[in-house]
Amino acid sequence: MGSFLRRLKDHFNPREPISPGLYLSLSFAGLALVMMVWSLLTYGGFISPLFLPSPGNVLNAGWEQFLKFGFTNDILMSTYRVMAGFLIAAILGVPLGLLMGTFKAVEAFVEPLIGFIRYMPASAFIPLFILWLGIGDVEKIAIIFVGSFFQLVLMVAVVATGVPKEMIETAYTLGAKRIQVIRKVLLPASLPGILDTLRIIVGWAWTYIIVAELVAAESGIGYMIINAQRMLQTGSIIFGILVIGVLGIITDYAFKWLHRWLFPWVET
Amino acid sequence: MGEMPKLQIEKVFKVFSQRGREILAIENISLQIKNKEFTTILGPSGCGKSTLLRIVAGLTKPTQGVVRLDGKVVSGPGQDRGMVFQSYTLFPWLTVKENIQFGLELSGMEKSKQEEIVQEFIEKVGLKGFEGAYPKELSGGMKQRVAIARALANNPDILLLDEPFGALDAQTRSLMQELLTQVWEDLHKTILFVTHDVEEAIFLSDRVFVMTARPGKIKAEIEIPLERPRNYEMKSSEAFINLKKQALALIREEAIKATQNKVN
Ligand SMILES: Nc1ncnc2c1ncn2[C@@H]1O[C@H](COP(=O)(O)OP(=O)(O)OP(=O)(O)O)[C@@H](O)[C@H]1O
Ligand SMILES: [Mg+2]
Repeated sequence: MGSFLRRLKDHFNPREPISPGLYLSLSFAGLALVMMVWSLLTYGGFISPLFLPSPGNVLNAGWEQFLKFGFTNDILMSTYRVMAGFLIAAILGVPLGLLMGTFKAVEAFVEPLIGFIRYMPASAFIPLFILWLGIGDVEKIAIIFVGSFFQLVLMVAVVATGVPKEMIETAYTLGAKRIQVIRKVLLPASLPGILDTLRIIVGWAWTYIIVAELVAAESGIGYMIINAQRMLQTGSIIFGILVIGVLGIITDYAFKWLHRWLFPWVET
Repeated sequence: MGEMPKLQIEKVFKVFSQRGREILAIENISLQIKNKEFTTILGPSGCGKSTLLRIVAGLTKPTQGVVRLDGKVVSGPGQDRGMVFQSYTLFPWLTVKENIQFGLELSGMEKSKQEEIVQEFIEKVGLKGFEGAYPKELSGGMKQRVAIARALANNPDILLLDEPFGALDAQTRSLMQELLTQVWEDLHKTILFVTHDVEEAIFLSDRVFVMTARPGKIKAEIEIPLERPRNYEMKSSEAFINLKKQALALIREEAIKATQNKVN
């Protein structure tokens, strides 16, 4: 017993790595534990299926959604809206954030405005945007844009501000002109941080789209979920939530992989 | 006499204002540096060494006074004054070769000529075989060698070094000092070097200016008549030790003042 405790203690060194095998097993154990508790509660009949259907039920409901109710289309619609809103926000927000982090004048002009707007929750704009834009794709994309753009600008500005001053000064002493300092130092130095920012923002964008689709929509994952709720199809609700989680993880990994591929020089 | 000094620092003052308080960092410094001379500014921490070097580089404006390089007033940073900082300032997204090439590329020099110069300096600082490495793969000493090569490849009129070996361990530091003297013997660039390390100052220099604690003034000027080329064994010679004693006594007074400065 004493030796077991001692061995257990060996795996709890602050910040020290553990063996890959142990890491993987623990990750699985965490998932398995949740599945076990879920199965126990549902298959054991401790909880009504209306509140929490069993894992099998949820899979079945999902299967039906795909086969009978065109859930594939819902997923594509939501993905399209997220990507459209996110891309527009990125195309406008990244340059503005870089300028803001680079020039004090731009910062002074933009910061108070953006700093204020970003505290307004994107979901609170939904009624206003429905009034202005209807309940189609444009309204959804606008919500994503509002939810992403202002945060993105500020976060990219912080990334640009974080480029060490001495690096910029070195470029000047090597004969760089102002525009070259921006193109050849500030920009490349900021790129990894910008990609990280985009990764975080796209995660938020996924949460906004669901809210927007819950309120008023004719397609999309959020629409499927709210429909399922109306018909008391708890299994479909849970399946919808899980799909959002999976999409989020896929996007996250895609960005991480892109990061490693584009920026092999980044110190880890 | 008669020869124009390479660098002239004339009655330079620097006042920083910080949270409403004014700090006199540099008080009336004047000095002249000859062509091809290795000069060091030696002073205790916080005495204004970096500030003075940054004024020469054109990165900080003096509150009063002027700096002239070859008689021309310095008004901003430029490639005629190369700079190496204590912190690692290599561009991490560029390889060793690309880092050294950075300034040459800006100048629009012919590609083949660029390659030739880069290769020459990679060899001078002993980094053959590391051309394609990224900075993250290099040790601290190697990073500083690249930084020195990058500054020199640009062929500046004067090279400014601000405690370039300050973050290195004692052994690496000693090796880097030898490397720098070799490079200097080879190229005979005018060098202005900043350090708080007495031994380093004497080993490298033709002339050492000792600064006072803040506000920084020139307290003394020491000629270093040690023969060249220099090697590490000279550090234990009698002449070296005597110079070291002389400089240590001067710097110690100032270091004590500096600590008292901080207490008040
Ligand atoms: N940008 C600045 N704003 C305000 N005060 C400054 C600034 N730069 C330097 N100082 C002050 O000027 C004085 C001299 O600083 P400096 O960095 O030149 O000293 P130093 O001799 O290089 O010190 P060290 O050995 O620690 O590098 C210090 O008291 C410092 O706090
Ligand atoms: Mg300094």
